[in-house]
Amino acid sequence: MNAPLLSVRDLKTHLFLRRGVVKAVDGVSFTLDAQETLGLIGESGSGKTMTGLSLLGLPPKPAGRIVGGSIVLEGRELVGLDEDVLAEEIRGRRIAMISQDPMTSLNPVFSVGEQVAAPLRAHDLAQGREAADLAIHELGRVRVPSARERSGDYPHQFSGGMRQRVVAAMAIACQPRVLIADEPTSALDVTIQVQFMDLLEALQAETGAALLFITHDLGVAASLCHRIAVMYAGRIVETANARTLYGSPAHPYTQGLLDSLPRLGRRRGRLTAIGGAPPDALRLPAGCAFHPRCPHATDRCREAAPPETRLDDGHIVRCWLHEDGS
Amino acid sequence: MRRYILHRLWQGAVAVVGALLIVFVAQRLSGDPVALLLPMDATEADFEAMRSALGLDRPLPVQFVVFLRDALLGDFGHSYLWNMPAMDLVLERLPATLELALAGLVFALALAVPLGVLSAVHRGGWIDNAAKLFAMLGQAMPGFWVGLLLIVFVAVQLQWLPAYGRGTVGHLVLPAIALGWYPVAAMTRTLRSAMLDIMQSDYVRMERAIGLPERAIVWRFALRNAAVPLVTLIGVYFANMLGGAFVIEVVFAWPGVGRAVVEAVFARDFPVVQAGVILAAVIFVVVNLIVDLTYGLIDPRIRHE
Repeated sequence: MNAPLLSVRDLKTHLFLRRGVVKAVDGVSFTLDAQETLGLIGESGSGKTMTGLSLLGLPPKPAGRIVGGSIVLEGRELVGLDEDVLAEEIRGRRIAMISQDPMTSLNPVFSVGEQVAAPLRAHDLAQGREAADLAIHELGRVRVPSARERSGDYPHQFSGGMRQRVVAAMAIACQPRVLIADEPTSALDVTIQVQFMDLLEALQAETGAALLFITHDLGVAASLCHRIAVMYAGRIVETANARTLYGSPAHPYTQGLLDSLPRLGRRRGRLTAIGGAPPDALRLPAGCAFHPRCPHATDRCREAAPPETRLDDGHIVRCWLHEDGS
Repeated sequence: MRRYILHRLWQGAVAVVGALLIVFVAQRLSGDPVALLLPMDATEADFEAMRSALGLDRPLPVQFVVFLRDALLGDFGHSYLWNMPAMDLVLERLPATLELALAGLVFALALAVPLGVLSAVHRGGWIDNAAKLFAMLGQAMPGFWVGLLLIVFVAVQLQWLPAYGRGTVGHLVLPAIALGWYPVAAMTRTLRSAMLDIMQSDYVRMERAIGLPERAIVWRFALRNAAVPLVTLIGVYFANMLGGAFVIEVVFAWPGVGRAVVEAVFARDFPVVQAGVILAAVIFVVVNLIVDLTYGLIDPRIRHE
């Protein structure tokens, strides 16, 4: 088997706040192959966005810092790379991100054409007139209608869905190998969401990039992702093929998430919610962070964090229940 | 945009007439100019003749209407002291004032822009603290005091630059610093807080995520956003420098409009004072109009409103 395009091992990104240390990302591992779509799922504060930012070497300043682990992209270690090297050779060029809120992700005082051309110029792929033409081409690629006429327009002249396309054009302008999409549709209307997901799939097919799709929406993830990783309190608690994960979830948290979803064709009375509340990021429970909410928790869960256990076919779970691989 | 400009022009005209009225009334409360114009031994008849010649014997509303009518026709009266049209006397001094105000503005911006940007980028660092200290000093020391210090140390003791008068570029340096000193603090702090907000924004994060160099993000993409509040301040202070630089002009014996007006006030040379005030009011209106137009240039959201 070939080495994966991107391999993240035991990544740790902590936020050093006055009130204490938040272990926002606390030992995250996953791999990503070319053309693959990996869904990173979790509730707010579970560390999914922070994981995405860490891949770019952009944990929030000044509190955030990558304190351990490794990120290997095409055989090259990214953790510890110089800030300038990251900006010049990685961000936008090899890994790019589509951020969450299209209404605030574009610079209000530059035309969209200038903004899409900016990464091309910065990475020295094109200059001057050529960069402007390429930017128009990219805007066309993300299906912005009349791209040439509209490239001189400013963000406020576009709808939310169109702005998100412009953001996508900025991200793919330099043909990155890995595209991170951080809840790209949560600020959009449902019909526009569907259009944008279709666009993402089409772009991925065209460019062959790998996609890390960050969301809290299990339904959206199911429709788009090949594999899904579920995050809880800074850790990935379960990774599996989408089909396996939805069909036979192994971790009690994943099971709880799926039980709280309404499903077509399955008539059951009430939806069940996961008991308890997400943990305080400053004071995570000892052992498995999920144990206070887990219906199967034992003394062991309270004492030690479970290791990764490999079940069949790339299904990985962090739970003492599956210690023996069953 | 066009309607907006017309609206602002109309507001400006109202402001100018208002300023005229205030000056017109205030001056006539301040004393009789004829007493200063005639010799000590002049008779009552001489006074009457002089007043009548200057139109000062007519009712005040009539004087004001006559004054407004003449002003509309471009006639702002003759100086009582100098045998020339009052407006010409003031306009003659305008280039000196413009020169000084522009130099003061350039000085203020040359200091405030790097200080404001760098103290936001390196928040809490030494440059931020130095800028804070500097801003405090700037606000605590009035311009004329800075001017006097500069004269004492730079001009008199070190003899690096001339202490007064206008002529070479060297003459311009000290008064420009004294004039530009005060706005630096406000501009630095405004720019700093705007930049702090902007550097935390989603679009800056996006610009970082696509690998734009930090230098370009700060000085190009973020700074243009921060320019809007800065331009507001520039407008306010630049208009002040043009219309109210008389303290600095007096300290440095700078032959500008402000000094001419101050001298005219002491001499009760009404037409010159009026011409000076009209000019200041017009400058205020024009500068504000330019500021409003500049907003549109910087921020397309305003342009398209």
